[in-house]
Amino acid sequence: MSDFLALTLAEARDGLRRRDFTARELADAYIEAMAAARALNAYCAETPEQALAMAAAADQALAAGNAGPLAGIPLGIKDLFCTKDVLSQASSRILEGFKPRYESTVTANLWRDGAVMLGKTAMDEFAMGSSTETAVTGPVTNPWRGEGSNKNLVPGGSSGGSSAAVAAKIALGATGTDTGGSIRQPAAFTGTVGIKPTYGRCSRWGIIAFASSLDQAGPIARTVRDAAILLKSMAGHDPKDSTSINAPVPDFEAALSGDIRGLKVGIPKEYHTTQMPAEIEALWQQGIAWLKDAGAKIVDVSLPHTQYALATYYIVAPAEASSNLARYDGVRYGLRVNNGGGLNDMYAKTRAAGFGKEVKRRILIGTYVLSAGYYDAYYLKAQQVRTLIARDFTEAFKTVDVLLTPTAPSSAFGIGETTDPIAMYLNDVFTVPASLAGLPAMSLPAGLDKAGLPLGLQLIGKVLDEETVIKVGGVIERAAGFAAAPKPWWRS
Amino acid sequence: MAKLIEGATGSWEVVIGMEVHAQVSSNAKLFSGASATYGAEPNSQVSFVDAAMPGMLPVINEECVRQAVRTGLALGAQINLYSVFDRKNYFYADLPQGYQISQFKHPIVGHGRIMIEVEGETREVGITRLHLEQDAGKSLHDQHPSLTYVDLNRSGVALMEIVSEPDMRSSEEAGAYLKKLRTILRYIGSCDGNMEEGSMRADVNVSVRRPGEPLGTRCEIKNVNSVRFLQQAIEYEARRQIDIIEDGGKIDQETRLFDAAKGETRSMRSKEEAHDYRYFPDPDLMPLKLAQAWVDKVAKTLPELPDAKRDRFVADLGLTPYNASVLVAEKESAAYFEAVLAELTAVSGKPAREVATQVANWVVGDLFGALNKAGKSIENSPVSAHNFAQLQKLMVDGQISGRIAKEVFEHMLATGDEPAKIVAEKGLVQVSDSGAIAAIIDEVLAENADKVAEYRSGKDKLFGFFVGQVMKKTQGKANPQLVNEALKAKLSA
Repeated sequence: MSDFLALTLAEARDGLRRRDFTARELADAYIEAMAAARALNAYCAETPEQALAMAAAADQALAAGNAGPLAGIPLGIKDLFCTKDVLSQASSRILEGFKPRYESTVTANLWRDGAVMLGKTAMDEFAMGSSTETAVTGPVTNPWRGEGSNKNLVPGGSSGGSSAAVAAKIALGATGTDTGGSIRQPAAFTGTVGIKPTYGRCSRWGIIAFASSLDQAGPIARTVRDAAILLKSMAGHDPKDSTSINAPVPDFEAALSGDIRGLKVGIPKEYHTTQMPAEIEALWQQGIAWLKDAGAKIVDVSLPHTQYALATYYIVAPAEASSNLARYDGVRYGLRVNNGGGLNDMYAKTRAAGFGKEVKRRILIGTYVLSAGYYDAYYLKAQQVRTLIARDFTEAFKTVDVLLTPTAPSSAFGIGETTDPIAMYLNDVFTVPASLAGLPAMSLPAGLDKAGLPLGLQLIGKVLDEETVIKVGGVIERAAGFAAAPKPWWRS
Repeated sequence: MAKLIEGATGSWEVVIGMEVHAQVSSNAKLFSGASATYGAEPNSQVSFVDAAMPGMLPVINEECVRQAVRTGLALGAQINLYSVFDRKNYFYADLPQGYQISQFKHPIVGHGRIMIEVEGETREVGITRLHLEQDAGKSLHDQHPSLTYVDLNRSGVALMEIVSEPDMRSSEEAGAYLKKLRTILRYIGSCDGNMEEGSMRADVNVSVRRPGEPLGTRCEIKNVNSVRFLQQAIEYEARRQIDIIEDGGKIDQETRLFDAAKGETRSMRSKEEAHDYRYFPDPDLMPLKLAQAWVDKVAKTLPELPDAKRDRFVADLGLTPYNASVLVAEKESAAYFEAVLAELTAVSGKPAREVATQVANWVVGDLFGALNKAGKSIENSPVSAHNFAQLQKLMVDGQISGRIAKEVFEHMLATGDEPAKIVAEKGLVQVSDSGAIAAIIDEVLAENADKVAEYRSGKDKLFGFFVGQVMKKTQGKANPQLVNEALKAKLSA
């Protein structure tokens, strides 16, 4: 084995099991690749020593025959996850120097199963964004470039460090979190697979909160199988999270039967927007054709409240964020700016210096929509619409098993190009509805646009039915035969 | 019925409502496993959740829910099977999350009532609601000349906020309400009722009006921590409001503080300065759903409540309403009384009803009097219920007279000894030996031959004199009944 980096997670797992190579060798290869890819800025903290120690433990377990399902698999961890004694800042200045004394449930599950931590991946500050340009450690660059172009593109967001790391093969897989599309859109922008599971499938304990009723952890990986393997380890009921679902975790990998004959795939007509580029519409049609060829039944469905989803999301998420982020006050941890001007002065200066522009914007929006006199018109109304959006899906799922849509309305755009916040929010137009309804959804690469940049398709499933999403994803993956990869221009 | 306050321009009625914060008796906090006990080293009882570390999540403590439901049931209140936790948002250094988790729109307990008694009259005070919420930490401003320290031990401790209707019309009624509420909470054990340690704090709303007119503008007085201060605060505040109105002014709705040292209230913040708390349902917690069957099960854990106990004491034991009320006011007093009565009926074989009044008179009169004088509570009474019952038994059996019993009781208070031991040591056993009594009577009659003659010639009143002489000779130990009978027989012989 010479090119460890070319292996998928499933291949690496099997190779380690066969003792074709060691976890140490795999870790060395990834640590070297990670260090050589600093131009991408995907990692905000590298933990090579930890990786080597964990790899050594994995090798021991593999030798002893009691290795976990992820023994020796090197992963990148989004900076939103609290990792014990390792910087966990949500890519924000306000958590400068913060090293938690606890480990998030999801990462603890991964380490339990033998995975190896390469480092923390950068993200939009507090997971608020679609481009990973607002990380305190600077923007992350997408490994992909347009055909013949040197322009630096965004990796999507907010899990852009994770998506870039997976696409650049400087992690075998990565964790992400998705509040309105933060796993799926970056997956689409980087030609990777991202799953946002059912709300409550993965514990939120130890994940720095953005919008509690929407935040969900999920994997970003190179293949559907790899994502399924990671999700199995990440998921599970956690009594420490009151919104965690107490349901058995199926063997997601086993769902990849390839057989979707007779399965009903819904095509929501409201997702045909006039602004959508023709090539994305064409890719969607291609996806429909692949599924039809595989024996699925295509059914047109309607999700009539789709047009209100984005507005609803941009009320609910900031409202929760404005409250969730109140704890960053300079009193107990992280940044404190104190010129002796008293408590309110310390709050104002700490939060002014610690939060970036987009975070401040959302705190202000959230504070406003919860204020006396505006609550009913904004927050309450948004909650009502959210119920209607969820009902749309319930209705649709009475006739179909899964929905197919595009993931994002464009391919990756240039760093610094999108300065209007509303234009940035529009990236989430196809991903937000499933988030509001708490449904499992996946983005997987299905083709390239004219510029040679990856485009993703999205599958949305019923509550707790990740298996159908994964099964159908596997079929599209095989049909698409997506083999393109970015050229390693970043290697130093 | 309502007590009116005389102003310069006529009578005024004061209208009072109360919000009581009662700390739930539980080992752990409302949403974390940290200990909720009082008085530990600062910041020694703080979990990651209580300190609002990033990514930490609240998980409801079932025991706190159970205690809130028990309290609701004890207040005869509606138990809401569906309730919701909301976030009350505001910034303060001792509020780590930047919000307090409380219940706003959907509290766990709805309408209920408390019966209070003032000057022999019973009144009902409505309970609007009871909800669960987190306590904040404590800012310590006196530890350093220029810095404030924060102690988070209390952060996240479970409180029940119990809100009354504006049904009280005098400071006495308000005091009676607070006392009664405390009694109920202590009976069921949902709160220790310790006002000095802050386990119970009252915010009181006060307004004044002309009798029969609509409600006036109210002021809220925050954090009153004793019944005495509560009554003082109300008296002061009502007078202040009356004076303002009578001087042609009007009341501004505001939050005020009671200064116990000065005995006055002063403005803390006006309505305009009131926070916009931006309440919204806490997305970290699912709505709290209770099963009726569970509530029914919880209801079975309630002890006999003070009102029911008082009624039973009157109806079944024949106590006076006064004695019954005094005995049930503290659960420890009632328990003491019942323990004494149970032991006494067991060892004496007498029905409870026959001896209950004697025991009640002794507990309410002699024991409480002595404890009061010594500044002791019934829990650390030098006379145990067992010893007290033994003393009662000596009386019931006729081994000592009531007078001797009082003497024995004095020794018991001083030494804590058993009554039998005291009686034996001091030779206080009642003389019931008719031969011995007859001999003493003979002595007395012989020494007072002139008086005997007077008696026999019709001066009946001298009978008491002879009894007194016999008692004197026996140091009060002669059985009075036997003395009476034997004297009568000898004198008429």
